[in-house]
Amino acid sequence: MHFWFTEEHEMLRQTVREFAEREIRPRIRSLDAEERFDRDLLGRMGEMGFLGVCLPVRYGGAGMDYISLGIVSEMLEWGDTAFRETISVHVALNSLAIFQWGTEEQKRRWLVPQARGEKIAAFALTEPNAGSDVAAMRTRAVRQGDVYILNGEKMWITLADVADHFLIFAKTDPNAGHRGITAFIVERGMPGVKTGTIHGKMGARASNTGWIVLEDTPVPLEHRLGEEGEGFKIAMSALDNGRYTVAAGACGVIRACLEESITYAKQRVAFGRPIAEFQLVQQMIAHMQQRLEIATLLTYRVGWMKNQGMRNTRETSLAKWYATEAALASANDAIQIHGAYGYVNEYNVERYLRNAKGAVIYEGTSQIHTLLQAQYALGYRQDKPLRCELPPYDPEEWAREA
Amino acid sequence: MKYVVCLKQTPDTTELPKITPEQALAGNEGATLVLNPWDEYAVEEGIRLKERFGGETVALSMGPESVDQALRSALAMGCDRAVRLWDPSFADSDYWSTALILARGIEKDGGADIIVTGKMSVDGNAAAVAHGIACKLGIPLLTQVARVVDVSDGRITVERLLDEGRETVTAPLPVVISVVKEINEPRYPTFIRIRKASRTPIPVLSAADLNIAPEEVGQAAARVRWTHLVKPEPKKRQVTIIEGDTPEEKARKLLDYLMDVEKVL
Ligand SMILES: Cc1cc2nc3c(=O)[nH]c(=O)nc-3n(C[C@H](O)[C@H](O)[C@H](O)COP(=O)(O)OP(=O)(O)OC[C@H]3O[C@@H](n4cnc5c(N)ncnc54)[C@H](O)[C@@H]3O)c2cc1C
Repeated sequence: MHFWFTEEHEMLRQTVREFAEREIRPRIRSLDAEERFDRDLLGRMGEMGFLGVCLPVRYGGAGMDYISLGIVSEMLEWGDTAFRETISVHVALNSLAIFQWGTEEQKRRWLVPQARGEKIAAFALTEPNAGSDVAAMRTRAVRQGDVYILNGEKMWITLADVADHFLIFAKTDPNAGHRGITAFIVERGMPGVKTGTIHGKMGARASNTGWIVLEDTPVPLEHRLGEEGEGFKIAMSALDNGRYTVAAGACGVIRACLEESITYAKQRVAFGRPIAEFQLVQQMIAHMQQRLEIATLLTYRVGWMKNQGMRNTRETSLAKWYATEAALASANDAIQIHGAYGYVNEYNVERYLRNAKGAVIYEGTSQIHTLLQAQYALGYRQDKPLRCELPPYDPEEWAREA
Repeated sequence: MKYVVCLKQTPDTTELPKITPEQALAGNEGATLVLNPWDEYAVEEGIRLKERFGGETVALSMGPESVDQALRSALAMGCDRAVRLWDPSFADSDYWSTALILARGIEKDGGADIIVTGKMSVDGNAAAVAHGIACKLGIPLLTQVARVVDVSDGRITVERLLDEGRETVTAPLPVVISVVKEINEPRYPTFIRIRKASRTPIPVLSAADLNIAPEEVGQAAARVRWTHLVKPEPKKRQVTIIEGDTPEEKARKLLDYLMDVEKVL
């Protein structure tokens, strides 16, 4: 057993931290205030390799491991949640799902341009009337020969107005509950595809969140990911990857809260002393440190399990649940330490709180994760092997050019 | 063409204020070590030279094993190779001895057409090593380089940044150039390059490899000694916020202030 990051991991962390420090932090206050998604930065992220970080080189990726995906998520969210969200949907929820479930032909066609950052991808599961209760979705896919005709509406979709490719989940058999769901790769520009942006979000305002409407959209057979009826399993396995990046991002929020609280507590003087010397302030700092360590250990264990090719649904759910709640509590404490200055956007901490609130809602609300953990502990839930598992990391295989 | 970038590992500038004079004198800053920010421009220029005029770019540094990190950063940015020069006798070398070691390292590696350095290091701030290397190698030195105009027919033409403008000068190769931050915007390493750089073994050349006797370097040969070090008082800054209804009005007030009060215009 060992707990060290490799030199490669450390270099990656340093590079992403610098990127966040120089490119994200200086402009985030206005991006957040104006609810603006920065496409230029997305382009630069693509060039550097963010958008295919843990994918094999032969599929257009950087050939790094799954721990690197966590590091990128953590340090991007140390900058701002919006940029981590891009990684969560583009890399973890969409690209890794194609990597796991796609045919070689599908990987060549959709995964390669996504990993290179030439095409942007989103993940569309939620609907206006179906969030936690995925099986309640109403989007329909009706097969007519070699095409499926899709009709329906997806909502709260990150990058809805930015993405070129959408992983859409739709019912092929409305009477079969979650066994009647199928996954499709839909491209912007296909007939009947419309998207829009939702404004007025509390947090993650520099991210793009929106809706997608499908009206009689013909989707050719070769766009179907996995088998008919396999959509629910694909969605849940994708969430095993998405939730991991959300957990890692939450570590970044806690880290930022801790760093900024320490700096502030040492320089703010009250009653003739830096507030850092008051034990009630120290308690909040100590809790942040405790949360950071626990969240980090839970999260990177998941990255390690993914590298080994071990099933990690249970561990990922626990990491996501704990880390996002810990980030929310830490942001709350960080504001408290900053006093009134923490309550205005002159400092970052109020943004951290608004951002952190989203993460206890998306990718499984905290309630859903509480239920999952109880079911695992009680023995009511067990994970069965999947037809296609996420391939374990193999450095040589990942570095292979062709 | 062959370009050699000489670089140094220095404490992260955000941590400089935390370092005490005692720690600095003892050479034990206890800070996160990174590639000297000024040298990032040198590395970038070394890579651009290769991209513009072809050839190979080598990153070179004198220091213990921890320096591999800075060399790997240079590899991740795009240098083709890295070489580290180290021997226990090199410890505590001053600028002059450091220049000697680097010059011998360059010769041992087969020489170079253009040697690129940063303007100075953020810890020592001496801006002396480039001069030393040129001197030891007996070749021209161009400092304050803000643009490489051309490299052709065995000559280099550069623009130098002066207090009152820029001058264009040319020199025969081989040459040492020290660059200023105006010269370029250093690129971020790509993830693919980070992965490769982190796995690249970095060869080390010792005093014996470089034909350097112990008395030529280290404390023994140092001509510069740090006798004592003080930390400047933090500057007390006063902030004035210019009020105004429109950006134009605020700009007018700022202009008046700069002309009448500060008299900088
Ligand atoms: C910023 C943002 C980005 C998003 N991005 C995406 C995206 O890219 N793709 C996508 O598909 N979706 C996305 N979502 C949607 C997100 O996944 C859903 O909001 C989430 O699954 C919850 O669903 P819901 O909002 O419909 O809430 P509901 O499911 O209606 O839940 C409402 C409340 O009821 C509770 N509840 C529900 N069921 C139970 C139960 N069985 N037991 C106890 N309590 C329960 C919930 O915990 C919650 O407190 C995003 C959401 C946000 C806010």
